[in-house]
Amino acid sequence: MSRLSVKKTYKLYIGGAFPRSESGRSYPVTSAKGEFVANAARASRKDARDAVVAARKAFPGWSGATPYNRGQILYRIAEMLEGRRAQFAEELGGGKRAALEQVDATIDRLVWYAGWSDKIASVRGAANPVAGPYFNLSTPEPTGVVAVVAPADPLLGLVSVVAPVIVTGNTCVVVASEPAPLAAITLAEVLATSDLPGGVVNILTGRQAELAPWLAAHMDVNGLDLTGVADAELALSCEQAAAENLKRVARPVQEDWTADPGIGRMTRFLETKTVWHPMGV
Amino acid sequence: MTTSLADVASSEAALRAFLHGLPGVDRVGADQRAAMLGTRSIKTTAKAQAIDLAISMVDLTTLEGADTAGKVRAMCAKAVRPGGEAPSVAAVCVYPDLVAVAAEALKGTGIKVASVATGFPSGRTSLEVKVSDTALAVAAGADEIDMVIDRGAFLSGRYMKVYEEIVAVKAACGPAHLKVILETGELVTYDNVRRASWLAMLAGADFIKTSTGKVAPAATLPVTLIMLEAVRDFRDATGRQVGVKPAGGIRTTKDAIKNLVLVNETAGDDWLTPEWFRLGASSLLNDLLMQREKLATGRYAGPDYFTLD
Repeated sequence: MSRLSVKKTYKLYIGGAFPRSESGRSYPVTSAKGEFVANAARASRKDARDAVVAARKAFPGWSGATPYNRGQILYRIAEMLEGRRAQFAEELGGGKRAALEQVDATIDRLVWYAGWSDKIASVRGAANPVAGPYFNLSTPEPTGVVAVVAPADPLLGLVSVVAPVIVTGNTCVVVASEPAPLAAITLAEVLATSDLPGGVVNILTGRQAELAPWLAAHMDVNGLDLTGVADAELALSCEQAAAENLKRVARPVQEDWTADPGIGRMTRFLETKTVWHPMGV
Repeated sequence: MTTSLADVASSEAALRAFLHGLPGVDRVGADQRAAMLGTRSIKTTAKAQAIDLAISMVDLTTLEGADTAGKVRAMCAKAVRPGGEAPSVAAVCVYPDLVAVAAEALKGTGIKVASVATGFPSGRTSLEVKVSDTALAVAAGADEIDMVIDRGAFLSGRYMKVYEEIVAVKAACGPAHLKVILETGELVTYDNVRRASWLAMLAGADFIKTSTGKVAPAATLPVTLIMLEAVRDFRDATGRQVGVKPAGGIRTTKDAIKNLVLVNETAGDDWLTPEWFRLGASSLLNDLLMQREKLATGRYAGPDYFTLD
């Protein structure tokens, strides 16, 4: 007897749960050859709003966790991804070998960022020389809730923008690649089973042009990463909207995701806190 | 019915017979009707109007052991000018010892000072203490008194004791309005909510209020629905209008608007003013202001730009 095929329903990932879009809409996703693959949820601005609420709620816990603990959790994500290599490779499509290479690079990228969790403070922090009987210490602190528009590269690009944001203690709302959102939702299944607290990463699928402006204008969002915005007009208007509450903004860039990432993506969404402490007390 | 109401409180037996003679509440029906009315969609200009109405109905409340005069003064300033073009709230609600502070801060603004009294929130104290608690709060400048009923007496069927307490406290209020808190979270059944509502109204309550906010569940929609039905029926029977105040657990604009829909559909728009309907809340006001901001600017508001309390 032949089995009925059990197909996956791709939904959103908000606050650790997998809801459908509040609007009830979806859109068809096609493979590179133009064949229908699956329907993805088409998030509305209200889903974006809910995601920001979830991210804000998760922020105190995640930013308050020890860097060591955050690193462990990122490493755990890499472990879970390793166990699903074949599934991700299949979902990415294209040549099997190339797809596996992509997945491996993604896992390595996570491990690389995981290692940075308890080291970034040493690189970005400082014991400042001051002319007085004080210790003067600067430490990096997470910015808050960061809205990320993910690049077209469905897996490696996505992880390369999300991992640096969360490893330092930010929480985020991610707008997945519009033409290739499925890997992002499968990644959400990995995140949900990796001890990552719900709400630290929230993933929306749908129209970039519909979601990005609301996130850019949202007064409870502290940072905006426009890496994946291809439309220059949209990027400009988002950047202008972001100015209202002085969000930290990362402008769209074409990046080679296989290259050494450097620490720029982590430091972009960090604040510096400087404290004066009397000596000898 | 009107003829019998005069002497329902003539004896314990008559009062019990009357309260138990009230029609029972259809629990499933009440839940469903409240849920159905909660699905009404209020948008754009109607929403803007509803938000401003809700703000003007808020009893801005702080009932913490850690309350200070400074906190009450800050809250009063916010009550007068919640932010932007938003209207003032209806009243501030504080513990009796802080009434003088609030009355001083609100002098000449038209905003009422409400005080909880009678051994709030449990009400487990003697009648003498309850009466003097009330009288002192009124003397300190309270315009409204929020009293709690003796739930122990009510649940054990000693309705006359509850009735006489309300009458005594009402007498101690003098010119101040009396709100009677039923603490519906402890009354167990909807039938009891209906009985307690009638009991309080018969005893002279100017307002009936759902909860202290210290017990969960507090102001649920079905309970508010039943109380609104009670005030509507009471006015039909006696001609006297009594207000309703849901309090506790109303935190979002959506909750507030659901309550307004309930008022309009149950008691009618005679009750749709701050004089007859109040929302007891603390964190609700910020959410209303944030939604107001969203309607005005077109962008989602964030709590960083509003006061903490």
